[in-house]
Amino acid sequence: MLTYTIRRLILAIPTLLFISFVIFLIVKLSPSDPTAGLPLTIPPEVREQIRESLGVNDPVFVQYFKWLKLMVWDEPLHFIEGTTGWQVAPDGPRIISYQTRSPVMDLIAQRMPQTLWVVGTSYIVGILIALPLGIISAYKQYSVFDQVGTFISMVGFSVPTFFTGVLFIVIFAVNLGWFPSVYNTTHVVTDWDSFVVQLKQIIMPVMVLGLYNASQISRYLRASMLDNLNQDYVRTARAKGLTEKIVVLVHVLKNSMIPVVTVIALNVPAVFGGAIITEQVFKVNGIGQLLIIAIQSGDVPVVQTVSFIFAVLIVLFSLIADILYGVLDPRIRYD
Amino acid sequence: MRDGVTPFVLDVKDLKTVFRTRGGEVHAVNNVSFTLKPGELLGVVGESGSGKSVTMMSLIRLLPMPPAEIRGGSVMFEGQDLARIPEEMMRAIRGARIGMVFQDPMTSLNPVFTVGYQIIEPLRTHMGLSKAQAATRAAELLDLVGIPDARRRLGDYPHQFSGGMRQRVMIAIALACDPKVLIADEPTTALDVTIQAQILELIKELRQKLGMAIVWITHDLGVIAGIADRVMVMYGGQVVEQAPVRELFANPQHPYTRMLLETVPHIRGERAAKLRVIQGQPPILSRAPDSCPFLARCPQAFDRCAHENPARFDVGPAHDAACFWDFKTGAKRDV
Repeated sequence: MLTYTIRRLILAIPTLLFISFVIFLIVKLSPSDPTAGLPLTIPPEVREQIRESLGVNDPVFVQYFKWLKLMVWDEPLHFIEGTTGWQVAPDGPRIISYQTRSPVMDLIAQRMPQTLWVVGTSYIVGILIALPLGIISAYKQYSVFDQVGTFISMVGFSVPTFFTGVLFIVIFAVNLGWFPSVYNTTHVVTDWDSFVVQLKQIIMPVMVLGLYNASQISRYLRASMLDNLNQDYVRTARAKGLTEKIVVLVHVLKNSMIPVVTVIALNVPAVFGGAIITEQVFKVNGIGQLLIIAIQSGDVPVVQTVSFIFAVLIVLFSLIADILYGVLDPRIRYD
Repeated sequence: MRDGVTPFVLDVKDLKTVFRTRGGEVHAVNNVSFTLKPGELLGVVGESGSGKSVTMMSLIRLLPMPPAEIRGGSVMFEGQDLARIPEEMMRAIRGARIGMVFQDPMTSLNPVFTVGYQIIEPLRTHMGLSKAQAATRAAELLDLVGIPDARRRLGDYPHQFSGGMRQRVMIAIALACDPKVLIADEPTTALDVTIQAQILELIKELRQKLGMAIVWITHDLGVIAGIADRVMVMYGGQVVEQAPVRELFANPQHPYTRMLLETVPHIRGERAAKLRVIQGQPPILSRAPDSCPFLARCPQAFDRCAHENPARFDVGPAHDAACFWDFKTGAKRDV
């Protein structure tokens, strides 16, 4: 298993290099100009000098390798220095946002907690809803519970989050006035009352994303449970005189979770992507919103870096999914 | 009242099981009655769909209900009627007092639990053993069923065992709590011939050592001849003939049994004779039987067979057959 993991990690390097190159090129292809956002009073010669200083007139490959070196070497060292305090960071340039003139990594570090809070909570809530929903739907197939569950998860799965998000705002924030429609990231939880405020503002984005995740995962789990409930080993478990609870929640569930856990792991990066829209709807200033603003204002370094981080997450979580598969299913050995 | 009053460990009377389907009811088990003496090995033979497995499954209530439903009859075991006791009491009997071995050892074990875990489960559930005691007992059981290096193999998963070895594990699970009755549902059918012989030997040996009664379901008459004390022939969800094994093979009294015995190929002789087959199809059990189930395929059939379902007539010592034709006199029965 360890050799397999190491081999996969090494194999991930060329994959990520290729992805980084493609991301870099695609973003470069866009006709955006780093000086476009500057006031019109700045004369063309000055603009040209600004472009020159930003290095956008260099050949594309030179730009790519400069960016890559910063991305995989300088920035991680800055990250290490920032978290541990060791003086390891080089003095050279950093990946700088055109817009804010601050290092992109600092922007990401500022926005990561909000995204992790909202997306992470919603994913956990989604899983917590999906587990009982999938298990009961499968165990009581075609019952009223199953029919209602199937209907809700079909709706939850097919209706996009930007629609449910706005719908939730209209119903719960505008008409009922229960929850605020804007997520206030400056809010700090210090006591019970501020915790309630935090709970109120997080509940809508979490439910919107959580329902979407729950409907997807519960469908997978239901299908997987149905496959397993008819297996011979279930009859054996019953023939041993075990209670239905043990038969279903131990014997069937452990087998059914094998494909579902991989789906859960594989979906983590997709959830970050899905959060881009939800963050816009609820005005959560997380990574997704950073990416949208950067795209709109032609902030090439930010777009490249955030996209590359998403790519790393996708590669990483598919590796995690494969490893989990091997851990859960004793029949699979990677050595 | 246990062994004092009744000489039987299992006394089944008029058991009736019906499956409710969309197309109507299927009468899978029709008034089946039989008894089992302590330590006896009863062979149950019949073609596919004759109701042998369903009978045994319904007497330990292992059929999915619904669609299955026990419509009537009684199953006396240790002074209790298994057809009527509540599910918790039935669970305490399943796997403890009555053990089961199934046909396909490749799918009957749970692939994601170790063999040790699966043997220990009934020991902990029914006998309340501690983990250490149960592990010791599990190793003894594996040793008993002839798996070498038992203690170490407890930690192995089912896929690390061959088919024959897995069936030995299944037998170990079934015998874990020292059952009074072992129901073996075609335990050798899925195995190749040499392994079949080994499993048969093992069962014979275990029966002598442990003294439990066995119900052995099979469609292989050769196996029955070698192992059974008494044979029950089933057809169309009914018992058509029942006799001690020698008597049945020497002196079959039901046309179906006679034809069944003729289908067994003989190896001796200069040239193998053409294989005999029983013409026609087994009956469709969609209505309550008001005629002989074998009517359509029977060479002896006459008008009475079409109006009345024959009861089981005594035709010799401990021998009965459900046929209006008396082969001994070569005439119709006038009862």
